[in-house]
Amino acid sequence: MVKRLSVVDVNLCVGCQCCMMACNRRFGEGGIARSAIHIKSVGGVERGFIVIVCRACRDPSCLKVCPTNALTRRVGGGVVLNQSRCIGCKRCVESCTIDAIFWDESVEKPVICVHCGYCIDYCPYGVIRMEEVVENE
Amino acid sequence: MNDGLANVLHIDLSRKRFWVEERSELFDEMIGGSGAAIRLLEEECPKGADPLGPENPIVLAVGPFTGLYPIASKTVAMFKSPLTGNLGESHCGGRSPIAIRFAGYGAIVIKGSSETPIYLAIHGGKVLFRDASVIWHMANSATVGRILREKEPGSGVRSIMRIGRAGENLVSYASVVTETYRHFGRLGLGAVFGSKRLKAIVISGRRSIPVSDMKGYRETYREIFELLASAEMRKYHELGTSMNVNPLNELGALPTRNLQTSRFEHAEALSGENFARKYLGRRVACAHCPVACIHLAALREPYESEPYFYKTEMISYDYEPIYALGSMLGISTPEALLRLMDKVEVLGLDVISTGVALSWATEAQQKGIVSTKETNGLKLNWNDEEQYSKAIEYIAAQVNDFFKALGKGVAYASSVYGGEEFALSFGGNEMPGYHTGPAAHIGFLIGSRHSHLDGAGYSIDQKAVANKIILTPREIVDRIVEEEAWRQVLSSLVICFFGRGVFKPALILLAFKAIGREVSEERLKRTGENILKKKYEFKRREGFSIDSLEIPERILQTETPLGYLSRETIREGLTTAELRLNSIMTRNIPS
Repeated sequence: MVKRLSVVDVNLCVGCQCCMMACNRRFGEGGIARSAIHIKSVGGVERGFIVIVCRACRDPSCLKVCPTNALTRRVGGGVVLNQSRCIGCKRCVESCTIDAIFWDESVEKPVICVHCGYCIDYCPYGVIRMEEVVENE
Repeated sequence: MNDGLANVLHIDLSRKRFWVEERSELFDEMIGGSGAAIRLLEEECPKGADPLGPENPIVLAVGPFTGLYPIASKTVAMFKSPLTGNLGESHCGGRSPIAIRFAGYGAIVIKGSSETPIYLAIHGGKVLFRDASVIWHMANSATVGRILREKEPGSGVRSIMRIGRAGENLVSYASVVTETYRHFGRLGLGAVFGSKRLKAIVISGRRSIPVSDMKGYRETYREIFELLASAEMRKYHELGTSMNVNPLNELGALPTRNLQTSRFEHAEALSGENFARKYLGRRVACAHCPVACIHLAALREPYESEPYFYKTEMISYDYEPIYALGSMLGISTPEALLRLMDKVEVLGLDVISTGVALSWATEAQQKGIVSTKETNGLKLNWNDEEQYSKAIEYIAAQVNDFFKALGKGVAYASSVYGGEEFALSFGGNEMPGYHTGPAAHIGFLIGSRHSHLDGAGYSIDQKAVANKIILTPREIVDRIVEEEAWRQVLSSLVICFFGRGVFKPALILLAFKAIGREVSEERLKRTGENILKKKYEFKRREGFSIDSLEIPERILQTETPLGYLSRETIREGLTTAELRLNSIMTRNIPS
């Protein structure tokens, strides 16, 4: 069964950002430059946090604006990036309504969640989880 | 390999210039954090510097684990303290360490002074000197945060450090507030900011940090992360540090009404349990720390002027503020206590020094040492929230000679007005909330920061109570100094002291190995001693001597869980400490 990353309850988020660091570790390095998930406060930590991550759209806007077909549809929603086709035009970044496409400045390419679920194990408060995607919904 | 840690960013506020210096040897030898900071302070701070002069540097430092491992989440600030006139060191969490590291620096040194109010915007390699005229004199430090949040980029990956009015007015124990609820609280960094007309620092960054052993790094990370989920750590998340109110009160170790007693009849109302039940509104974390120990109370209050008009303030609480503004001032209700905490936060004061200053002032007024003439009309009495609220404003605003003196700390105020015997000052710093026994007080006196966190004497006392043993002054000093030396390693790695039970030497070696550095346990311990040595060298250079430390009479008059303390015991502890420190100072510690 195909899965996607989903936000269970944003009110559980304490803003520790361990998910951001986890995402970057996929590449075997620390830091956040290539993280595809981002946590920020609503406007002061006292008001809570926002989890920004790709929500695996069935009909992704980013895919429609890509001029080189570097983005292809992912089974279960969202997109898969073909780095070698990408020309770094940033149209996908601009098209995403929830700002869930990030930018890796070192290679001038987008960073998009691949719904691998690596971050889930590093969220101590159950804010995010992997959810099975029902096909033909 | 310079992963950015070795980069020291120098900023000259007088000439509005900045440059980066690569200091690999500094971080190799001194680790980072406290170790790197004391070396930079020694290099940058001239002997006899005026703490409020342009020559006093502000050093901020993070460590090799920052951004790589969880809970390496503190920034160490070093400076010459306007409160003690000696070594100033304060640690702060929030997002500050992550922001500094991901901006590409291991340390920042700020010198000089601006003619006009400014704030610094540091975004990665960019350093901008921005005008702060509009936000200078702003009444609320939280408003300053809100404005800069809108004005500057980097949401989620930045820290906003700012001072309040207390810092602008050079109150000796003014704090620097970050992310609204975390602080460089102790020893007056806020006044040093103020003296430089530096209102705030916004810093952000998004970089990655390469490691040599990718697989080993991921595995070690996982191990540390799992250890941090243990029961030992969960207590900080559950009730938080305020869990200590009830046990310390039951023990008879909770300083109350300027330590006239060590039990408080309203302790239960101010306890962590009661706060959690009735006021806890949200728990939040410092960046890259899964523990989330920051407890915010929601205080819903009506506006008097209009029916059905409410505001809900979120106010951070912890054990120390509950002690300093609660039991020390005899405050009996959580609501009154929260309002006082909020006031201290808004004005940017160190909460411990403020509470101790006000409790001293209350007793001084009750004893007739000062009158309403000095207090600007205030009649300070235990549990009188309104008078205390005004007094806090008067300290921050420095309204008259008395509040100017009070703003220099209780050691100074009592030297002018009298009442030294009940001025709870240790090496010039106000007392933390532990009247547990001799180890706590010897620790406050000899500790390099005069803080309970230096050698954790309060913990030695509590163990002695639990095991029904009496330690000799020599045993106490040995334990305090050993603990303080080891804590230099932790604060150089900038590991939060709450994680000290997890980050044991073996785990630290493993964590180093995974990022490509071979370190031995012996070398780590030597480095800890060396850092401690450097700190006392600085302290002695600036006039510190154990001989001239004053023991406040009051601590001998109020019973501790280990009985009444005698001057002789404390003195013997100090004499032993002097010898112990001499041996560290004269030892040639190879690095």
